Amino acid sequence: MAIGTGCTARPGKSRNNKTGSWRVFRPEFINEKCTSCGMCRIICPEGCIGENEEGLPVPDYDYCKGCGLCAEECPSEAIEMKKEEK
Amino acid sequence: MLEITEGSLAVAEAVGKCRPQVIAAYPITPQTHIVEALAEMVANCEIDAEYITVESEFSALSACLGASAAGSRVYSATTSQGLALMFEVCFNCAGMRLPVVMSIVNRAMGAPLSIWNDQQDSVSLRDSGWLQLYAEDNQEATDLHYLAYKVSEDHRILLPSFVCFDGFILSHTYEPVDTISQEQADSYLPPFKPFQRLDAADPISFGLFAAPDYYTEFRYEIDQAAKRALSVIPKAGKEFAELFGRDYSGLVEGYRLEDADCALVAMGSICGTVKDAIDEMRDAGKKVGLLKIRTFRPFPSDEVKKALSGVGRVAVLDKNISLGSKGAMALEVRDALYGSQIPVYDYIIALGGRDVRKKDIARVVSLAEEGKGDLFYGLREEVLQ
Amino acid sequence: MNDEAACVLFDSGHRACGGCAAAMAARLILDAAGKDTIVVSSTGCMEVFSTPYPETAWGVPWIHSLFENNSAVASGVVASLKKQGRKEKVIALGGDGATFDIGMLCLSGAFERGHDFTYICYDNEAYMNTGIQRSGATPYDASTTTSPAGSCSFGNSRPKKDLPMILAAHGAPYVATASIAYPPDFKKKVEKAVNTPGPCYIQVHAPCCTGWGFEGEKTVAIGKLAIETGLWVNYEMENGVVTKVKKVVRKPVDDYLVGQKRFRHLFKPKRNDAEIAKIQALADRNAVKFGIDITLKK
Repeated sequence: MAIGTGCTARPGKSRNNKTGSWRVFRPEFINEKCTSCGMCRIICPEGCIGENEEGLPVPDYDYCKGCGLCAEECPSEAIEMKKEEK
Repeated sequence: MLEITEGSLAVAEAVGKCRPQVIAAYPITPQTHIVEALAEMVANCEIDAEYITVESEFSALSACLGASAAGSRVYSATTSQGLALMFEVCFNCAGMRLPVVMSIVNRAMGAPLSIWNDQQDSVSLRDSGWLQLYAEDNQEATDLHYLAYKVSEDHRILLPSFVCFDGFILSHTYEPVDTISQEQADSYLPPFKPFQRLDAADPISFGLFAAPDYYTEFRYEIDQAAKRALSVIPKAGKEFAELFGRDYSGLVEGYRLEDADCALVAMGSICGTVKDAIDEMRDAGKKVGLLKIRTFRPFPSDEVKKALSGVGRVAVLDKNISLGSKGAMALEVRDALYGSQIPVYDYIIALGGRDVRKKDIARVVSLAEEGKGDLFYGLREEVLQ
Repeated sequence: MNDEAACVLFDSGHRACGGCAAAMAARLILDAAGKDTIVVSSTGCMEVFSTPYPETAWGVPWIHSLFENNSAVASGVVASLKKQGRKEKVIALGGDGATFDIGMLCLSGAFERGHDFTYICYDNEAYMNTGIQRSGATPYDASTTTSPAGSCSFGNSRPKKDLPMILAAHGAPYVATASIAYPPDFKKKVEKAVNTPGPCYIQVHAPCCTGWGFEGEKTVAIGKLAIETGLWVNYEMENGVVTKVKKVVRKPVDDYLVGQKRFRHLFKPKRNDAEIAKIQALADRNAVKFGIDITLKK
């Protein structure tokens, strides 16, 4: 059958929905101020902040909705919200 | 082995031999003897099932839904108000393509409250996507459970089934029933192989919501699966007949229909009375026959049309009423015969446990011969004044 | 605990509002519970934003049936796994409408029967998915679309139902309240619940920016204020006894209320002293009941 029998789906399918297009403000990560505490990664409702080898946060702008929670909660003010330029 | 036993107990024994892994049920008259008997079997380790004593019928079917999705064969039983409380979950089980099997011990719907038999309960769920099989006697009631699991779990079908039999008239009546052995049951019904299941090793999401761009397609697929059952049920019936000699390969069953002028159409235990009445009428020279509907969902329109093509008139005995319209079966039969010149008369009969005797059947035939139909049969005088 | 794993177990691309606490909760729950978890969701925001066919955000086995039956479905899943000798953990997830109101019968039945599963209620204090109608979890004086503040109404006329205590009274071995504003605490409680045999309950405070009327970036800040004012208490109960409480240096309830549109009528056109005093009394009662006050040394 071509469609998921009984309306089912396999993991990973939500990634087809690039919620980054919702964004009005964009979080800019200031690595110099970052202490790698991980707060932004823990609280991001999209789960779209990863980390690089140095432990610095790497946002996935394909999915970031620009809610600003990470910037608001960052204890070292290392994230700034900037108006998205389209 | 032929045993004289109560209908409910015979059904419980057959259900046990189907090896359900999870049973969830809530007591309601006249279903109770079945679930009590199954509880006893579990308590005595005669069957190896998880038995969930839920707090409502709604939860009974919800638990079955979850257990089925997690990959177990499941069973429940209910009737009337209990089935009505399951309404939402019924549509869910079918839509999620879960092969739940449930006994419906047919009973009238309130109000007024009635614990006695008619078929309003299951008939009212005719649009839910469940297959509906109706038994004439306790032998058929037991056998149809094996058949129901076989058909429901078939990966071409994946739809839940009601096995319907009349409350008290069958459930509380002692009749001789030929019970098959566990080995025989196993040879007919293999272990449950879920089409897909909740499993951390192979995750899947069940029960997504569908927006307008997909909803229709899911409904179409359920409908297609139900219609495939029109060919899967006869095959499962034939296989059963080859093993045990009792033939359920027909979606409908004719009785002395060959040269009938008047064909009665009925389902459930009333068919026994109708057959006796037909024999008497035949002896008196009346050409009368019966078309028994065993499979009400999917509705076997082609078989009905074929079986009734040569008759002069049709009298449908509906133990239900789609209030403000007609009996549900009459509507189906008329649809099946659309375009033919055969008149179809509808008789709403035997509601809320009112007894039907051979003379009533003869009276219905007379009414059909007079061209009088589409009526409640045998109403008390006071409502007609 | 692996944050990367959490991203996969509850994936990006879901359609929750920006700053959604329920989405945060889903990630934190799976981060704590791990991949060998089966989730049973009720109808509601979380179900809808995570699973529009053919998309799913769930990386663990997940099932949704109806609004009110997640506890009953979970009962069946647990029985099914037990029969098959499988070891996955089962978590039932529901919003406060599904949990406090329409699913109460199934929830009570499942807890009384003692199935081994964890029920997590993400409590955003109203029916958000249908457009912010009051539920049994809506706090006193909150304005919702079915308990609007008006010329003769101050909003919702009743305080929250005390559901954790009701479930503790069922004999639940572990009951806890938590807040998305304190992720490590919440995760610890989820871990404890899924590893405690029997029916466990966690009610996680999940501030809803859309329903309560604040900017999405403030979700965590609002959650913290609920704790700091004593209007929400984080505690744990084991076998019916409160064993752990988060203590705070309490702030006046105004600090929590003033930032939310649902309480705006209490401050405009001028501060409603009488009504705010009643809400302060609720916080004071919580403080006494749970002993949350930290007394500062003079």
